[in-house]
Amino acid sequence: MDDPTLADALARDLDAAFEPLVLAHADRCYAIALRVLGDPHDAEEVAQDALVRAYRALAGYEQARIRDIRLRPWLATIVVNQCRNRLRRGRPATTPLDGLAEIGREPAAPAEHGPVAVAERSVEREQLARLLAALPERYRVPVVLRHVGDLSYAELAEVLGRPEGTLKAQVHRGLAMLRVAAAQAGLEEAIA
Amino acid sequence: MMVNRSLEMAAADGSPGLLSGLAEPAPVGLADEVLVEVGLADRIAPVAAAIGTLWVAWNGRGVATVDLGDDGPTMAAAHEAQTGRRTLLADALPPALASAVSRRLAGDRHVPIGLDLRGRTRFEVAVWRKALEIPFGEVRPYGWIAAEIGKPRAVRAVGTALGHNPVPLVVPCHRVVRSDGSIGNYSLGGPHNKRAILAAEGLDPEALEDAAHRGERLVGSDTTRIVCWPTCRHARRVAPGHRVTFHSLREADARGYRPCKVCRPVALTAA
Repeated sequence: MDDPTLADALARDLDAAFEPLVLAHADRCYAIALRVLGDPHDAEEVAQDALVRAYRALAGYEQARIRDIRLRPWLATIVVNQCRNRLRRGRPATTPLDGLAEIGREPAAPAEHGPVAVAERSVEREQLARLLAALPERYRVPVVLRHVGDLSYAELAEVLGRPEGTLKAQVHRGLAMLRVAAAQAGLEEAIA
Repeated sequence: MMVNRSLEMAAADGSPGLLSGLAEPAPVGLADEVLVEVGLADRIAPVAAAIGTLWVAWNGRGVATVDLGDDGPTMAAAHEAQTGRRTLLADALPPALASAVSRRLAGDRHVPIGLDLRGRTRFEVAVWRKALEIPFGEVRPYGWIAAEIGKPRAVRAVGTALGHNPVPLVVPCHRVVRSDGSIGNYSLGGPHNKRAILAAEGLDPEALEDAAHRGERLVGSDTTRIVCWPTCRHARRVAPGHRVTFHSLREADARGYRPCKVCRPVALTAA
């Protein structure tokens, strides 16, 4: 079900269509929260809380308003707001060493890659995740939305309330900072 | 060695960048947790009680059902069939809810327990809310609930609503007895359980029924000239030498007794 169809289904019967919404969007909500916050436990709480807030908001909206919602940026907005609340509460963004490279969480490696390549990929991801978590928030959030959450610049503009041009510059700047940090960390071979 | 890849998706061939590889799937159970929290799925877990194993089903809106049973999968399936909501078997209630339920079962009426009463009528909810006002170790007749909720003639409907109480013990419908003073029926495993629960609360169900059948429906004190339901804590404090009984509120009124402001006895119409 694509998002407009899903929005229409939610408008007609929220309780019947909410589970499909959760199944379609939970991974993206979690991925954004994980890379903005840098902590799997916090990310799980935020993603869960964001979806619960989404339900409660939808329960109070008129049908026409629900139909008009662009679900990806709308949900991302709730996730980002919850992340910011949590960051403001003063917990530093951290990326614990365990958790990221856990067995079973690693995306399946292409068949031609052996266990050594998988292990290297895992270390590489872990390092990259730590560097991303260390980016200043105003660059980290747009970079995560664009390149981890796969949102368009138009969607980013909706989530962050900044012009697309500004966001492109911030993402560009964020990636540049990541490359510098990666080079310093000895990851330069991995990152063009 | 590592593949030389870009951070972002390559514009040329659309191959995913390294950053997109940081998108991890949501942990298993997150979706269920969300659905339970908003009340679109329930969890069910056992709670040990004197009359057997209670199965408590709940979601983010509150406790949905309480029922007696032995086997978790059977109870979960029954709850699912009854509510239409996916029901997940759990080992135990969340600690805060477990503590609230055990305090409620031990007689603490004031510990807050959210209830999921979607689909129930306002009348039913009013009846159950009123039943929750009856203190541990006391009983009131159906007619009292009917009068208190402003429907004095709806005594039978009160009985029906209590029979449909989805959360027995959490809402103590066992503390409501028939207007003739007999203990009456009980949805949670039958009338013997109602007697057992009332006995565990310190009442003597047989003695109560005997007294009611002798016509002792109300108890007063000839020093205070106040009349109560027999199990009201104020009635039970009256010294034997000052204890008087009445058939009806009309009789007590005729003898100059006023109704207790705590248990608020009312004139009963026949059920």
